Amino acid sequence: MTEQPLLVAEGLSKNYGPRIGCRDVSLEVYPGEVLAVVGESGSGKSTLLGLLSTELDPSAGRVSYRMRDGRLADLASLGAAERRLLMRTDWGFVRQNPADGLRMAVSAGGNVGERLMAVGWRHYGNIREEALDWLGKVEIAGDRIDDDPRAFSGGMRQRLQIARNLVTRPRLVFMDEPTGGLDVSVQARLLDLIRQLVAELGLAVIIVTHDLAVARLLSHRMVVMRQGGVIETGLTDQVLDDPREPYTQLLVSSVLAA
Amino acid sequence: MNTQAIGGMPEITYNFAYLDEQTKRMIRRAILKAIAIPGYQVPFAAREMPMPYGWGTGGVQVTAAVLGRDDVLKVIDQGADDTTNAVAIRGFFEKTAGVATTTSTTEATIIQTRHRVPETALGENQILVYQVPIPEPLRFLEPRETETRQLHALAEYGLMHVKLYEDIARHGHIATTYAYPVEVAGRYVMDPSPIPKFDNPKLDDCPALQLFGAGREKRIYAIPPHTKVRSLDFEDHPFRVQKFAKPCALCAATGVYLDEVILDDRGGRMFVCSDTDYCNTRQEAGHRGEMGVPAESASSDVMPGLNPGIHAVPPGHPVQGVDGRVKSGHDGVPVESGREGDAS
Ligand SMILES: Nc1ncnc2c1ncn2[C@@H]1O[C@H](COP(=O)(O)OP(=O)(O)OP(=O)(O)O)[C@@H](O)[C@H]1O
Ligand SMILES: [Mg+2]
Ligand SMILES: [Zn+2]
Repeated sequence: MTEQPLLVAEGLSKNYGPRIGCRDVSLEVYPGEVLAVVGESGSGKSTLLGLLSTELDPSAGRVSYRMRDGRLADLASLGAAERRLLMRTDWGFVRQNPADGLRMAVSAGGNVGERLMAVGWRHYGNIREEALDWLGKVEIAGDRIDDDPRAFSGGMRQRLQIARNLVTRPRLVFMDEPTGGLDVSVQARLLDLIRQLVAELGLAVIIVTHDLAVARLLSHRMVVMRQGGVIETGLTDQVLDDPREPYTQLLVSSVLAA
Repeated sequence: MNTQAIGGMPEITYNFAYLDEQTKRMIRRAILKAIAIPGYQVPFAAREMPMPYGWGTGGVQVTAAVLGRDDVLKVIDQGADDTTNAVAIRGFFEKTAGVATTTSTTEATIIQTRHRVPETALGENQILVYQVPIPEPLRFLEPRETETRQLHALAEYGLMHVKLYEDIARHGHIATTYAYPVEVAGRYVMDPSPIPKFDNPKLDDCPALQLFGAGREKRIYAIPPHTKVRSLDFEDHPFRVQKFAKPCALCAATGVYLDEVILDDRGGRMFVCSDTDYCNTRQEAGHRGEMGVPAESASSDVMPGLNPGIHAVPPGHPVQGVDGRVKSGHDGVPVESGREGDAS
């Protein structure tokens, strides 16, 4: 890890009318670091992820990102075109529901190739070769390249989402419950793959999960949320083995009991 | 303001070309904006027209807004001047505007069309008005209107290539043969309406003004004269037009778009120009294809139903494309004809 943060959030808040989605959150993410956001349902995890990835507009606060040229840019100050370019090249998004992250009526190859075509690739043979390469990396057989994801299992769909996102070599990937809804054995294999790719590519990841075992397996650091606020933050092993806050202690003990 | 009575209903009067002047001004403003931003879909407050949407109400409104008293109007439907649709629209403007009409491409100053671009090269003093069923080229892959608007605004056209990629992955070549997407003036990607891709090259650097009207979807877009229009493709799968194995059976024309005509129920068929005016004109100039009528009998009844240039269809035999679809269907139904296959 280098000293300079990749992403910086300061005083992020989000109100949905009178309801609080997220309240005064500040955090930093470093290159190559996996940060887990944990907490019970409704605690504001997805809202925070939406704010960090600029998919939601904050009620207060700001998010800055280290551009490839090294300057730290306030994301709200970027034009729509520049922000969208960032989102489809330097960032990735893995959604809990594959239908939100994939084009279900487009072949696996087309799903992986889309980002390449978006950044100007215009040679069919090269796009296909690159797509094949990435399908291999996420352990999808090459002969499935022309099948669309409707014919894929849940685990395959998530792996396809990962390939679709990583093909442009992003530096930061946002994941919201990527293993939610999968069988335990399928989940384990997916987590293994994510861990391996993160290490191999030096990716920074912000992963939302309500599953502390997922946080333990993947993340270096974690933030614990409750009622829209961050109540505890620290190195993953420290937080899980020696939680300071009573609420975190409750969370950890319930996972141990499970 | 000059009003015109419609035959048989003298008590109801219509403004010149049916639409009131305020509506026409509104449509002209949309057209001017469309010309200023080539390929960009301009929303407009489309009016209800006294005909169904499938009949090209968008094109009719555009024509009504640009039509002047001295204009000569031609209306074609898949290349023919004599289909129900074309006849009805031509009749509509004869009644409501009293303008001269023609079937001759060269004589016309305004040509309203559905599914074809005339074979005869157009000139600077002409306007080609296309009827458009679905103006959004990205709709196929991205149904959300808010998102497609963003994609156009930011010129994010990767998605358009995803569609072509899928074509090649599934068929081995780009199988899109009509409504083939184009990039206009190096900026906006546009649906050229369901013309065969054969016609796409005619849009490029065309001296005539090209206007596109979508009635149901309330959009107008345009290609100003002499604008660069490029069909999207891949480096290793370049854009190519359909080629036909044989010349027109009536006029022997080559390098034109042909329709298949079923002659009898014993498998008899021939391929003839889809552009009937073009075919007529060539036959009048003495060109004869293998099924062509000899010059001296051209206007007689030697071959009933085989009037030169008019698609020769014996009664009860619809004109069909090779895929068996009946010609002159609804908007959006392509007619593939006599295709030798894409060399790709
Ligand atoms: N679009 C919205 N409109 C109104 N309230 C919302 C909206 N989205 C979220 N909320 C509220 O904001 C709070 C935080 O929701 P959020 O979805 O961020 O929680 P979460 O931690 O991701 O929960 P889960 O684990 O169930 O996904 C909740 O009280 C939720 O009801
Ligand atoms: Mg959530
Ligand atoms: Zn002919």
